[in-house]
Amino acid sequence: MIRIKSKDLLPDFKFSPAVDQVGIEERTARFQTRSIKSETKVVGLKKVLNMIDLTTLEGKDTPGKVKQMCYKAQHLHDSIPDLPSTAAVCVYPSMVSLAKAELIGSGVKVASVSTAFPSGQAPMEVKIGDTKFAVDQGADEIDMVISRGRFHTGDYNFVFDEIAAIKEACGKARLKVILETGELGTLDKVRRASDIAMYAGADFIKTSTGKISVAATMPVTLVMLEAIKDYYYKTGIMIGMKPAGGISKAKLALHYLVMVRETLGDAWLTNEWFRFGASSLANDVLMQLVKQETGAYQSADYFSID
Amino acid sequence: MAKTVTKKNVKVLENINGVAKTNRLLVLKTYKIYIGGKFPRTESGRYYELKDSSGNLLANMCLSSRKDYRNAVVAARGASGPWAERAAFNRSQILYRIGEMLEGRRAQFVDELMQMGSSKLSAEQEVDLSIDRLIYYAGWCDKYTQIFSSINPVASAHFNFSVPEATGVVAAITSESTGLLGLVSIIAPVIAGGNSIIALASETHALCAISFAEVINSSDVPGGVVNIITGKEDELHKHMSTHMDVNSFIYAGSNAEHLKTIQVNAADNVKRILDYSKVEWNSEEGQSPYFISDHQETKTTWHPIENIGGSSSKY
Repeated sequence: MIRIKSKDLLPDFKFSPAVDQVGIEERTARFQTRSIKSETKVVGLKKVLNMIDLTTLEGKDTPGKVKQMCYKAQHLHDSIPDLPSTAAVCVYPSMVSLAKAELIGSGVKVASVSTAFPSGQAPMEVKIGDTKFAVDQGADEIDMVISRGRFHTGDYNFVFDEIAAIKEACGKARLKVILETGELGTLDKVRRASDIAMYAGADFIKTSTGKISVAATMPVTLVMLEAIKDYYYKTGIMIGMKPAGGISKAKLALHYLVMVRETLGDAWLTNEWFRFGASSLANDVLMQLVKQETGAYQSADYFSID
Repeated sequence: MAKTVTKKNVKVLENINGVAKTNRLLVLKTYKIYIGGKFPRTESGRYYELKDSSGNLLANMCLSSRKDYRNAVVAARGASGPWAERAAFNRSQILYRIGEMLEGRRAQFVDELMQMGSSKLSAEQEVDLSIDRLIYYAGWCDKYTQIFSSINPVASAHFNFSVPEATGVVAAITSESTGLLGLVSIIAPVIAGGNSIIALASETHALCAISFAEVINSSDVPGGVVNIITGKEDELHKHMSTHMDVNSFIYAGSNAEHLKTIQVNAADNVKRILDYSKVEWNSEEGQSPYFISDHQETKTTWHPIENIGGSSSKY
């Protein structure tokens, strides 16, 4: 299932481009100075809603909780007309069939984490079995984690082969590869892991599991967007991006959209190519939308929990 | 010191520091606002000139915008839950601590009040009364619950009781005429009751408000429990009262039109409106446990019990 057939096109990942950390930080700081107001803001906020993977990944998830979240994905805030639904819901494999049934006909996709999420510390057969189970249950998208330990020891072939094997197990489901950038340490390593994931067959690259404290940040996301850009110029293949964890405010989400647009262009500004992995972002965006409409700042008391 | 009141504040400072007239350039304080335990400048970048009665510039004060207010509400909301969950005795200790800190900076507050037009005597009285008021409410922290709770007689097999609980986030437009006492008298009972507060300081007596924020900041009060902004009531009262995440609203100003607007806006989320515009903070009526209960919600619990009285054995 590796899209790059010719060996000549497959780079040596040890020589992934080095990242200018200072430059990246200055660039991301500038995205955050953009002021987005009134109608533009409303359009942007609705776009954000439509790009959210509404997520619950807790050990304590119950069928009731997942049902409630699936309802929320389709009915974000019914008192505002013409609101989009979210792009997808993201759940554990055991909840996929339930979520699928709840979302019939809604257009909201079901994404499932797999490969022994969040640590990825399981044998290959288990990971493939995990993935196949989720796909059989009806998952439209698979969010896998890479083996960070192997990556740190420099065993890039292992990481590459693993992603390729999971991609094969996915069948028609789109594959998002979670790099868990908070465990990678440097932007250089983020860039290298992004390259490995894309060349091995990822449809999306994703920053984080949301399970460790440093999750998605703008610098990390920008490095990954740059990697996507380079990959696109080299192969002509578009890869999606999903920052996940830590994006809970509408304003920050808008700054991410600015960053995507100014790095990759308008083509990526759809939920086909860009997602937010988030649980509390939706309500903050909704509060901003109601504020735009009524002029009054809103309270979380009047928005459904998900 | 009194004789320097009418002179420029530069002179006053020179005398307070016990420095003879020199050419030294004085290091004057930048008065900022107090949000979430930090002292940011207003995000709007706007200022107004605060002048004494003879028109001398005292300081440039932040002309806070509705966005500053919004930020303050976010901070207050975040702080209100943990603050309400603190042991009542601990809240009491912290209020007492504010009193201690204020006592330690008594001279500074007397001086600021005098700069803003008070006589020495009335400035000293105002500071003393403010300190005493903090101690008064410190005492009430672990006592008002008992006083305002009740066991209610009901005609069913239930043990029924009511207890007051903090309402959450309180916004206040404070008295225009007193710089310190009006502010302290509003903040103290609100936080004694486990709420967090955003107070708009008196526009013309704003110096003390920000110095009082410094006192609060050094008194173990968690960031966000007390937030103080400076600016114009005229500009802010609408936004303050429409905010949906505010549970209760104090109006201690003197503009009947503003009060009416606030009452209308508050209907959107049924904010409780407390009209303190007639309260004389300088008198006995300026302190009472009812100022605490004004910002409490009553929770009533119906606890099922066996109906012992009606089912006693007959043999």
